[in-house]
Amino acid sequence: MKFGIIVFPGSNCDHDCFHVIKNVMKQPVEYIWHADKKLDHFDCVILPGGFSYGDYLRSGAIARFAKIMDPVKKYADRGGKVIGICNGFQILCEAGLLPGALHKNSSLRFICKDVKLKVTNNKTAFTHLYKKNQSVTIPIAHADGNYVCDKKTLKEIKKNRQIVFTYLGNNPNGSLANIAGICNKAGNVLGMMPHPERVCEQILGNTDGHPLFESLISIQ
Amino acid sequence: MAKVKVYIKNKKGVLDPQGKTVESALHSLNYKNVENMRIGKYMEFELPDKLTKEKAKEQTIEMCNKLLANPVIEEYTFKIE
Repeated sequence: MKFGIIVFPGSNCDHDCFHVIKNVMKQPVEYIWHADKKLDHFDCVILPGGFSYGDYLRSGAIARFAKIMDPVKKYADRGGKVIGICNGFQILCEAGLLPGALHKNSSLRFICKDVKLKVTNNKTAFTHLYKKNQSVTIPIAHADGNYVCDKKTLKEIKKNRQIVFTYLGNNPNGSLANIAGICNKAGNVLGMMPHPERVCEQILGNTDGHPLFESLISIQ
Repeated sequence: MAKVKVYIKNKKGVLDPQGKTVESALHSLNYKNVENMRIGKYMEFELPDKLTKEKAKEQTIEMCNKLLANPVIEEYTFKIE
């Protein structure tokens, strides 16, 4: 399965994703520059974490107008698999590929720590190797992870089972309905604040992110 | 050049943690009568005079909806001088 990782100015988890896909998952992977205009030859595209364009204006607000984003939209519309992690999630929301928005953490602080999550939907292409309602530990590192949407949208994403990950126990950022990650209606675009690419190797003491990438690869 | 002043704030009902924190700081300074503090953004820019007021308004609205504000969480007002 061929992965592409988009590099925006200010992305800083692109190398982590690249390392995991190449050395842990043993899959072909390439970087995609934000000014490129093509991504047809990939099976999955990752928008990594970081602070694209310095998070100026709002997190992800400028990156969504990068040249590569039109092809990303077309790719997603055709059913291509897209994962947005952290800043990538913020970009996907700003771009309208996922509903809602990521607002400042309710504590107003940047939070970097391990959090417990529940796999709320294990019927997606990204999560089918997790058990239903499985509890996993994946780190977060963000200042704007407070998921918000209007009541109608919340009702809709609940009905369509688009809520994929929720925070267990203490909600670190004040997100609506404890949301940590959602997918689009068609199920081919996933956005999540926690960083699964940081927990894929035994040597790091935690492999709870591994089944996410493995889920994708196994359906290929 | 016509000066455009844009004010952006969180929509009603969207939690404004920054406003809340500043409000409680004011309370602790004994300004206990302060309520409903909301913090937003202010932007100003210029558009050429030759644009009609109508066109300038149209363009500003378009720019606000596209980039300057996120309609999911924010609302905006503007003045053209």
